[in-house]
Amino acid sequence: MATIHIDGKSYEVKEGRNLLETCLSLGLDLPYFCWHPALGSVGACRQCAVKSFKDGQDTKGKLIMSCMEPVKDQLRISISDKEAAAFREQVIGWLMTNHPHDCAVCDEGGSCHLQDMTVMTGHSYRNYHFTKRTYKNQYLGPFLNHEMNRCIQCYRCVRFYKDFAGGKDMDVFAAHNHVYFGRHQDGVLESEFSGNLAEVCPTGVFTDKTLQHHYTRKWDMTYAPSVCQGCGLGCNIIAGERYGSLRQITTRYNGAVNGYFLCDRGRYGYEFVNSPRRIKEVAIRGLTDTAIDTNTALQYLQDKCKPGRTIGIGSPRASLESNFVLQQLVGPDHFYLGVSDTEHDLVSLALKILRQGPVRTPSMQEAAAADAVLILGEDLLNTAPMLALSVRQAVRRQPAQEAMHTAHVLSWQDAAVREAMQDKHGPCFILHVQPTKLDEIATGAYHTAPDNIARIGFAVCRLLKAPVPEVKDLTEQEQQLAQQIADALMAAERPLVIAGYGSGCEGVLRAAANIGRALHDSGKPAMLALTTPECNSMGLEMLGGHRLESAIDAVVNGEADTVIVLENDLYRRLDKPVADRFLKHCRELVLLDHLYNATAEMATVLLPGGTFAESDGTLVNNEGRAQRFFQVFTPPGAIQESWRWLLMLAAATGNERLKHMAYLDDITRAIAQRLPAFAGIERLTPPADFRIAGQKIPREPHRYSGRTAMLADVNVSEPKPPEDEDTALSFTMEGYRGEPPSSMIPFFWWPGWNSVQSINKFQVETGGPLHDGDPGKRLIEPGSNGQHGYFMDAPEHFVPLAGHLLLIPLYHIFGSDELSVHTPAVAERMPAPYIMLCPEDAQRYQVAENHQLQIAIDGHPYTLTVKLNPAMQKGIAGVPAGMPGIGISETPVIAKI
Amino acid sequence: MEAPLTSAIQPGVSLDIKGYEAAGGYQALRKVLQQMTPQEVTALVKESNLRGRGGAGFSTGMKWSFVPMDMEGPKYLVANADEMEPGTFKDRWLLEGNPHQLIEGMIISAYAIQAGISFVFLRWAYKEAAREIRRAISEAYAAGYLGRNILGSGFDLEMHLHTGVGRYMCGEETALLNSLEGRRAVPRAKPPFPQISGLFGRPTIVNNVETLSYIPHIVSKGVAWFQGLSRTGDGGTKIYGVSGRVNKPGAWELPMGVTMRELLEEYAGGMQHGYRFRGALPGGASTDFLTDAHLDTPMDFTAVAAAGSRLGTGTMVVLDDHTCPVGFVHNLEHFFAQESCGFCTPCREGLPWTEKILYALEQGQGTAADLEQLDLHTRLLGPGNTFCALAPGAMEPLQSALKYFREDFEQHVHEKRCPYGNHTY
Repeated sequence: MATIHIDGKSYEVKEGRNLLETCLSLGLDLPYFCWHPALGSVGACRQCAVKSFKDGQDTKGKLIMSCMEPVKDQLRISISDKEAAAFREQVIGWLMTNHPHDCAVCDEGGSCHLQDMTVMTGHSYRNYHFTKRTYKNQYLGPFLNHEMNRCIQCYRCVRFYKDFAGGKDMDVFAAHNHVYFGRHQDGVLESEFSGNLAEVCPTGVFTDKTLQHHYTRKWDMTYAPSVCQGCGLGCNIIAGERYGSLRQITTRYNGAVNGYFLCDRGRYGYEFVNSPRRIKEVAIRGLTDTAIDTNTALQYLQDKCKPGRTIGIGSPRASLESNFVLQQLVGPDHFYLGVSDTEHDLVSLALKILRQGPVRTPSMQEAAAADAVLILGEDLLNTAPMLALSVRQAVRRQPAQEAMHTAHVLSWQDAAVREAMQDKHGPCFILHVQPTKLDEIATGAYHTAPDNIARIGFAVCRLLKAPVPEVKDLTEQEQQLAQQIADALMAAERPLVIAGYGSGCEGVLRAAANIGRALHDSGKPAMLALTTPECNSMGLEMLGGHRLESAIDAVVNGEADTVIVLENDLYRRLDKPVADRFLKHCRELVLLDHLYNATAEMATVLLPGGTFAESDGTLVNNEGRAQRFFQVFTPPGAIQESWRWLLMLAAATGNERLKHMAYLDDITRAIAQRLPAFAGIERLTPPADFRIAGQKIPREPHRYSGRTAMLADVNVSEPKPPEDEDTALSFTMEGYRGEPPSSMIPFFWWPGWNSVQSINKFQVETGGPLHDGDPGKRLIEPGSNGQHGYFMDAPEHFVPLAGHLLLIPLYHIFGSDELSVHTPAVAERMPAPYIMLCPEDAQRYQVAENHQLQIAIDGHPYTLTVKLNPAMQKGIAGVPAGMPGIGISETPVIAKI
Repeated sequence: MEAPLTSAIQPGVSLDIKGYEAAGGYQALRKVLQQMTPQEVTALVKESNLRGRGGAGFSTGMKWSFVPMDMEGPKYLVANADEMEPGTFKDRWLLEGNPHQLIEGMIISAYAIQAGISFVFLRWAYKEAAREIRRAISEAYAAGYLGRNILGSGFDLEMHLHTGVGRYMCGEETALLNSLEGRRAVPRAKPPFPQISGLFGRPTIVNNVETLSYIPHIVSKGVAWFQGLSRTGDGGTKIYGVSGRVNKPGAWELPMGVTMRELLEEYAGGMQHGYRFRGALPGGASTDFLTDAHLDTPMDFTAVAAAGSRLGTGTMVVLDDHTCPVGFVHNLEHFFAQESCGFCTPCREGLPWTEKILYALEQGQGTAADLEQLDLHTRLLGPGNTFCALAPGAMEPLQSALKYFREDFEQHVHEKRCPYGNHTY
């Protein structure tokens, strides 16, 4: 610790951080642009100047840039010093020489860091009376606008895009006062993390293009803290609504999970909520002539949902609460997991490994602190994108540490650290069926069949002196690779092994678990991260249920009449012929979901279930972290939370297990009480009756405008705002104006800090945890549920089967997820369906690039367009996972040619 | 009068290896490799008090001594031959006339810091120098002065010529290193200094051409000789230059500490007929004006600084009484604004602003408020406020012009025209 003196006051602070972050952490206001807590300092903008004094006697002092100044004991500075303040004001004056007067029509207006800093420095009058320089803007794809005239050259965009996220197609061009940030030519930004530019940019150069299509100012939106639905990582998001449509997703800072960033699927995949395909009203087949109200529907269902004759099919994308209520409604014996059996096997194995193994699964923040990484069978940028961003930071650890040591610099001296480490990477090995974009940072990348990846993994484990059988018949290259991996992991201080659902192969998961255990047994604080496919895959698995296949049996064998399907399209879980057969046998098929999908076509009853934006609930991510998401707005029509529909149905059918339950807290409490695995989830956030100074926490900023007018076309009397009986958030602008508990921050705003940079004010220290801790509760810790030993059975070496191909799922960040493809911008980024083969197989089956290849699975034909990839192994073909228009849901599978 | 750097140079001839050896060339290198340890070379240069000839005047031996000699891996030596300071043409003389002198200096310097790879970073426009250096490097390789096991000493050194793309910024050593790495020519924050983390993040020494060219002579003839060449405490000779409306503009190697008056009157032959001396930038475009009151200032690092300017490159640019000081400074600020790398705000935005004001003044559109803005900029673009020294250097001629020629600026405002009738572009 060090004592520093700021404007005559003394503070105890951490030594070695920079002065800017120290001042901000102390709650002091000091303007800045080029510094970012995740990106460190470069000293470009000169905005954070303060006066530094040698000692108590020094009255003259000199200006220093606080972001470049390491905090040392007895540092003596002044922020309020006149010269420093005048300099800071002039820096804005300089920036304004070229910044346009377009705040009123700029998307950033009202949440603009440049506006905030301009006001903070007091610059209000322009002395510059010459012309401004202008630029041509670029088309950057469907996600971002580009308006270069607004640029203040803080260099943050390229530092995030290139340095932090590894992007290749954006840079800084030209020089002097004509510096240009963009692509070498117009075109779609390739990075999976491009959307963060809208938040990283301190002004309106990069803004959210999807927001612009239904633009609303920050102060005019109704917000709620939420959790991303895009994959299994559970990144924290803020969702904003106006006029009943969801307008924007921004990052909700969570120091342990996603930090300051989101991937583009997470940021842009929200528009399914506004989709014209939404199910908004109750529908019952055969009753199309009359409008069906809730009571009619419940009466109808009351007769159909006979205890013992009704089964429920849960969903990995529905909340824990909705799944639990369905499970209790039909009875645990009649509750089935709404995932393919392959997926269930993988996720349940992952859960077993995490619970019964000795190795801790890391948060994304912990993963980013690893110093050696082994990725088995995952294309992370497409299956768990934000974890890939953690890996990018992890591979910097070793060389950055070394660079800091040799060049005598501190971690936040970003340019100096990067210069000293050059393009060195720490150990990172990626084994996948085909090359991945992350291979460029890999020490070694190897491409082979999933079974072979597992075998190499088992070999690594044996090299780590674990008592597992020797893996025979590895090639020399594979043996060397295994040795190299084993050496690197053993040399590391915090090795991280990553595997998951992406390989579709249990052997790969077992190998990963074995390696983790072997490292643990040799005394390493090893980490094991296992990806899960959907936002609540882990929660559903922990809740438990029967396999989907047995649901089919139950229906086909006449053991059940009514099937209640929760937020699920079974055509994504089962191959089309199987799903057709299953659903045709259902006497009543009740679907609660958001969008008309293939299952909805077959349903006899449709109940409009709310999306994440219209519901409260809990999700469990791949780390086993339970996180609460809050309803953003009250939806139109009959839409309501699935759990509320199911509770109504329970009441109508006199269900005993769900008696006296009406609100979210009732359900969450029941889950925590009845299922020990979920103990504590009732305390994820304060309960519905929580108040601060007698007030709820408003979802709307205090400047929310138009409330009395916005519905005047319907009724001139202002309607009473909806009440939220389930949570301590209100649907209004009135309420407690101070800092809410960290789990329920609807938006980041602080007096004088209208932009997202106000996050600083909510953290213990900049870049650190939120004030009362990062939200979420880990439900899985090593050894929490028995112990498993080493897995002994390595799979057999993959041998191609004559006349057949093993179809492997290949995941796409834009396309493989069910809901996000309903955002037009995301759909635009989706590849066309294909089947990927190696050239030898293509030759064997006499097809070439772009030819149609017909294959058969269980006798059913499918036709796909051929794509060639020399890195694919013979006998293996890749098909895009989850993509609309393919119809193959259960992979890996053997297909006949 | 001894002129060790230039006495072997003949007009219009580039000394080849034979000529250079005949003039005693590469003897210093033999001496170093046979008789001296790297530490001894550094100690010698330190003792000589050779101060960097690029403009900053930092002790060369001191700079070398910061290199961590025990660090494993490559080290680099770079000759800064990116001579782009307006009014400066001293290195060109050495580069074109006697490239081997530089090469020998570089080999000795590389030996002192045990660098294995060296670069000559040359201004793109010095096409002739590029040809001569390329030839000289290949001659040196052929003669065994470069490459593996130089003169049987076990010391290895590679040398490459790198021609820049014409950015003034590359004269700043860290921007030069970025450029050499293939990155944008923007400066780096110090610390870490290049001696610790320089080219490709490795220990690197960057020295000016004139500085490096002196090394063989100091090695051969010793410290006392070197110091004896000078009239002042800053040892050696210095290449001085004079440009402007003088009778004989040129460059001369003279004892350190000749006065401005001597330079102007004896060497440059005085002002042209009909022109009166009003002031001069003593060390290139980025130094403060000195006026006739300063003509007896000895041209060394210390005395010029005491007079309120900098010795800089030692090449003086003369302002006469027929040239508008506002237009003169406008021309300079146009250059500096254009050569700003665009990294830090005050330089990127402030320099074009001053340029535009100066232009407005020249066009008769300047106001009194504009003069205040110029004053403000000379204060706010001072050292430490900007990321590197480019903008503070750019402010030096402006602030001293405002000081010494204030009435000219005010006349532009009051008369709403340039009283000299000058037209700037």
